[in-house]
Amino acid sequence: MGDHHHGPAKGLSRWLFTTNHKDIGTMYLWFSFAMFILGGAFAMIIRAELFQPGMQLVEPAFFNQMTTLHGLIMVFGAIMPSFVGLANWMIPMMIGAPDMALPRMNNWSFWILPPAFLILASTLFMEGGAPAFGWTFYAPLSTIYAPPSVTYFIFSIHVLGLSSIMGSINIIATVMNMRAPGMTYMKMPLFVWTWLITAFLLVAVMPVLAGAVTMMLMDIHFGTSFFSAAGGGDPVLFQHIFWFFGHPEVYIIILPAFGVVSQIIPTFSRKPLFGYASMVYATAAIAFLSFIVWAHHMYTVGMPIAGELFFMYATMLIAVPTGVKVFNWITTMWRGSMTFETPMLFSIGFLVLFTIGGFTGLMLSIAPADFQYHDSYFVVAHFHYVMVAGAVFSMTAAVYYWLPKWCGRMYNETMGKTHFWISFIGFNITFFPQHFVGLAGMPRRIPDYALQFADFNMMSSIGAFIYGASQIMFLYNVIATIVAGKPTSDEKVWDGAEGLEWTLPTPAPYHTFETPPAVR
Amino acid sequence: MLRVSKNPTVDITAKLVVVSIAMFAFVFVVMVPLYNVLCDVLGINGKTDGTQYTSVPVAVDESRTITVQFIATNNEGMPWEFSPNVTAMKVNPGAVNDTVFYARNPLPKDMVAQAIPSISPARAAPYFHKTECFCFNQQPLSAQTDAEMPLQFIIDQELPKDIQTITLSYTIFDITEAASGSVAAR
Repeated sequence: MGDHHHGPAKGLSRWLFTTNHKDIGTMYLWFSFAMFILGGAFAMIIRAELFQPGMQLVEPAFFNQMTTLHGLIMVFGAIMPSFVGLANWMIPMMIGAPDMALPRMNNWSFWILPPAFLILASTLFMEGGAPAFGWTFYAPLSTIYAPPSVTYFIFSIHVLGLSSIMGSINIIATVMNMRAPGMTYMKMPLFVWTWLITAFLLVAVMPVLAGAVTMMLMDIHFGTSFFSAAGGGDPVLFQHIFWFFGHPEVYIIILPAFGVVSQIIPTFSRKPLFGYASMVYATAAIAFLSFIVWAHHMYTVGMPIAGELFFMYATMLIAVPTGVKVFNWITTMWRGSMTFETPMLFSIGFLVLFTIGGFTGLMLSIAPADFQYHDSYFVVAHFHYVMVAGAVFSMTAAVYYWLPKWCGRMYNETMGKTHFWISFIGFNITFFPQHFVGLAGMPRRIPDYALQFADFNMMSSIGAFIYGASQIMFLYNVIATIVAGKPTSDEKVWDGAEGLEWTLPTPAPYHTFETPPAVR
Repeated sequence: MLRVSKNPTVDITAKLVVVSIAMFAFVFVVMVPLYNVLCDVLGINGKTDGTQYTSVPVAVDESRTITVQFIATNNEGMPWEFSPNVTAMKVNPGAVNDTVFYARNPLPKDMVAQAIPSISPARAAPYFHKTECFCFNQQPLSAQTDAEMPLQFIIDQELPKDIQTITLSYTIFDITEAASGSVAAR
């Protein structure tokens, strides 16, 4: 490579052809924010219809399309790409590497996403409507009884899966091969550790999802009967295959979020993370256990008691390493010199609300009790606590935390804190009542409900509108910061921050660590 | 460990690509057969194995009486009449028993059905042997004709002692379209 330094190319081709991890990270983050708004808009339609009993706004068939697309877009379009974008931005800087191991594959990992989602979103305009079988797309509802758009849905999933697999291979190769000399595995930041483990999970289970949708494709178009009882197949087979992917998937969603919080809490406590080694082992334990608990999503499917018991015990076991992590975050704060800037607020909010979500998860893990909770709003409340107040809060914290490093400007702290409090209050008003209606018997995925659930549904919808509105404020804050925020050039934007990325200039130059740093 | 390439990045990438492809193959080659094998071996899921049982002459256990109930269900939209001639019968383990199901195609077009059995309690399934069953084959019925479809079964003497009632359920599916194609019959 020559010694001449030129800035990035100009114009559209910069973004189309970039192999720079910062550019690609930025594209992932903006793409995922757009998907978050789109998936959020679908959620607003759902909550608007559920604001009152009776059907006021949409047809039931369309409502089902909304619930399906809300789930698919949030999981595959918002949450997963956002953390991949964060990985792209941060991992090379955190390990002292100049870029990812496979920069050109990195470009493709991102650029196949927008077409995939365009295809998925376009199913709304197809004959027969968009997929309406839930984000878990059980067969045969998603094969024999599916609208024609299901084929496009399957194609979309294949492309998304390919993107994730390529991204994960890139992350593993980068972390294993490109750490600066002196950065042993046990010196890596927790964010890098959690992403390394997540990447292995992704490589293992994304192909399983690809297999499941390929079998669906074969059942729909090539006369096979994997999931059709008429031809000797079995719908329950689909559930096993899907959840073998699906359970590790939810840990794929949350482990990077754990990593982010493990970076932010020590910074604002001005104390090193408590129990570094146990945090690493706990993450590995969670990842390993995630492979053997899948049927806790299927307790009511007719398993023999031995199966129910095995999955129940294994699922309850995951609470142990998770609890280790929660206690370590708390202990990190203990006797720390604490301040409560916006990233810290979102991280502490994560800690409290994710723990609540974890407790309801423990309730759901009890197989006999789950016969009552299964497919009710109790489950909906649980997973929104862990995915929104868990993963999304963590991602939001990460954006506030690292945005100054990325663009060299400070965000508006008052607006950030306001965003936090409105999100926190709105989120809880939305989802806490859902525990109660679920326990009282309200099923999930229904466009209308019995009258006794009306009051809490109205509350939940109001909370949703509040939460949704505050995300627009977040978008405004981010754009205003990038365009006209107060410039900052402190390398250590946060005085308690540790890690290689905080030794770099602010904003981070286009190329960093072209020579590896010394790591002690 | 096997080294694919001297370049560590190429090396790890190649291995991870192999793992991805292997996990994809795992679904088809391991998960599907394993599911069927485990259902069979553990006797769970209520599936009776679809094979014809070749009976061995054994002594009939006169000391036990098992009530066998029959249920007939149409899959969604299947317009046939379909019912058991006898809704329940008392049998002894080891004895050969015969019964008949009635089916009628009321439509003015020829159709083909597939009957899929299921046994409850699921753990009785391995002990319920069918020596002759209409569920082994596809059932074609011409327009507006009916048929009497035979079932012959033996209950194994090894049936757990705590089971006194077995329910055999058949669901008929319309497979006229699938059967008319070149897809091999089950």
